[in-house]
Amino acid sequence: MATEKINMPQLGESVTEGTISSWLVGAGDKVNKYDPIAEVMTDKVNAEVPSSFSGVIKELVAQEGDTIQVGDLMCYIEKEGTSSHDESEPEEQAKEKQDASSPKEEGPSSSMKKRYSPAVMRLAQENDIDLAHVIGSGRGGRITRKDIEKLIASGDKPAPAAEKNDSVAAQPGLQQHDQQAQAGDVEIPVTGVRKAIAQNMVKSAQEIPHAWMAVEADVTDLVSYRNKVKDEFKQNEGYNLTFFAFFVKATAQALKEFPQLNSTWAGDRIIQHKDINLSIAVAKDNELFVPVIKNADDKSIKGIAGDINDLAMRARSGKLTSEDMQGGTFTVNNTGSFGSVQSMGVINHPQAAILQVESIVKRPVIINDMFAARDMVNLCLSLDHRVLDGLIVGQFLARVKEIVENTNADTTNLY
Amino acid sequence: MPVMSYIQAVTAALQEEMQRDEKVFVLGEDVGKKGGVFGATKGLYDEFGEYRVLDTPLAESAIAGVGIGAAMYGMRPVAEMQFADFIMPAVNQIISEAAKMRYRSNNDWSVPMTIRAPYGGGVHGALYHSQSVEAVFANQPGLKIVMPSTPYDVKGLLKASIRDNDPVLFFEHKRAYRLLKSDVPEDDYVLPIGKADIKREGSDVTVITYGLAVHFALQAAEKLEEEGIDTHILDLRTVYPLDQESIIEAAQKTGKVLLITEDNKEGSIIGEVSAIIGENCLFDLDSPIQRLAGPDIPAMPFSPAMEKYFMMNPDKVEKAIRKLAEF
Repeated sequence: MATEKINMPQLGESVTEGTISSWLVGAGDKVNKYDPIAEVMTDKVNAEVPSSFSGVIKELVAQEGDTIQVGDLMCYIEKEGTSSHDESEPEEQAKEKQDASSPKEEGPSSSMKKRYSPAVMRLAQENDIDLAHVIGSGRGGRITRKDIEKLIASGDKPAPAAEKNDSVAAQPGLQQHDQQAQAGDVEIPVTGVRKAIAQNMVKSAQEIPHAWMAVEADVTDLVSYRNKVKDEFKQNEGYNLTFFAFFVKATAQALKEFPQLNSTWAGDRIIQHKDINLSIAVAKDNELFVPVIKNADDKSIKGIAGDINDLAMRARSGKLTSEDMQGGTFTVNNTGSFGSVQSMGVINHPQAAILQVESIVKRPVIINDMFAARDMVNLCLSLDHRVLDGLIVGQFLARVKEIVENTNADTTNLY
Repeated sequence: MPVMSYIQAVTAALQEEMQRDEKVFVLGEDVGKKGGVFGATKGLYDEFGEYRVLDTPLAESAIAGVGIGAAMYGMRPVAEMQFADFIMPAVNQIISEAAKMRYRSNNDWSVPMTIRAPYGGGVHGALYHSQSVEAVFANQPGLKIVMPSTPYDVKGLLKASIRDNDPVLFFEHKRAYRLLKSDVPEDDYVLPIGKADIKREGSDVTVITYGLAVHFALQAAEKLEEEGIDTHILDLRTVYPLDQESIIEAAQKTGKVLLITEDNKEGSIIGEVSAIIGENCLFDLDSPIQRLAGPDIPAMPFSPAMEKYFMMNPDKVEKAIRKLAEF
């Protein structure tokens, strides 16, 4: 028989695997060649996998949430023109026309999974069955009255509470909550990047014992330096010289001296990375991307500003590739751009720390027993306490503070 | 026990009732010497003579009217409409007089009359020889409408209709006349009017229907059994007034209900059946109630292809049951 495989395609040059964020088809669905069949996420780039054939989807081998190696099997498809059911089709269509007045029930598979008939609802309530854990045998995965009756007869009712705990452990961030929307509320399905963010955040928050530390830096010199050269820089280079570029540069420099922070917890060992690849957070609508400035320690402030500009532009136009997102070893987050003066970042798993650069605020400061108006900034750091302790982090932050406080025209070259 | 065809069961019931009660007599077009156009009254003229087997003029209004008058005076007439399609001129007599006599005379008068009429299509009879007319009479309290599906039911129900003290419309499917045969006891038995009958026990899908469609449903059910689909079939037998209790019970049995009629869909008997289920069985239903019926066009077409398209058949029933089973 002409059953063909559809495998995980190569979705980017260095991509080796992809996670199926959602199936767009179900078993029994008819697809044309090049129709999208699944949404696949690689790191945080979402892509649609097109069908390689026209035909009928036979079986979905990979489940939503599964991570599949490139070239591995995703699903089976029955190629068009070979199905033995073909003859009956015209008749079927005629029948359909005759029934035009009655509502059409056919839909993509699993679309009916949460459509409960009155009989199913009643039986589930009477017998205290959690329908979320019942597998339906009806069209589109619908749970039929018979399914429930069989379940009751077998005495193998899914106990709601216990099941739920299991799923929390198995799939952080993805468990169903019994939250009910009230009238007028808007329900937004969690898919794609939002789902990935949720998953990563839960993973990070559950797995990493976070600790926090903050220092305050006087960046008056840095501010006046940057303000003096920014117009000329813009004219020469074509993009903005932001404060953030200075902080990224300072972080890269300090990480070189404190490689302990540029590392990953690996269970029985800690991996210290040689390369300093700094992830920066770029927000777009309700999505958050974390592209990477590679080898930030090799780059000048101008080079870093260029990278930031380029990555931010591409994030906002949706043109980031998975390559752009890979390999980060430490994250610098520009929370100051939202006006924040203090925050506690969630570490970008599997990194060991994240530095939040807050707003630069002019404040009265006492210097030599005299008040002075200074440009002050808070640098907040979240650390993985398995990897790092306060001492080393304190030294690191002190070093970053030292660098940014001593950034001026005499000490620091932009190029 | 002899095997009888559907029409032989009609004749047997008439003959037995005429032998049993001399007040029973037959009237209609060509029912006498000819024995009826289908042969339903064959032999009765010879056995009971011209005063108990009356050939009438081509005037359905008169056939019904004469029957009503005779019934009010204590006779038990069995009037034949040659085709159910021809009953229209008699509708005023049936609805305005027969149905209401007991009520408007405060029980002083009654009309113990039976009106037999062959209905239904699939016989290449075209417009005036194929219609189903039961819905016309199915909201007239005072009338009963019996539509049997097997020779056994025909005999038992026709005898019950003749013995009933109020008017009964007895519709016989003309395609079933010689198509359906079954064992029919020779002894005197009657079946209750107003009681539906389970023709097949099943657990996946409930089919509720009447007349020839019962036969189609049984055929489809047999085929579907090989696929593991277990069909429950309820034969209404009396379509007015409906046996609500049996309908509710049958619907509750599987929660998936298919209603079938050969009649046009809108306003047909099965719409009322659906309403009964809707009112009583909400929390037992596992799927929308489905109706399988003829299209809403004026009548059965003459063209064989078009007639086939209009007419109910086992294939249509099979597909509809499967669709529900898979739902």
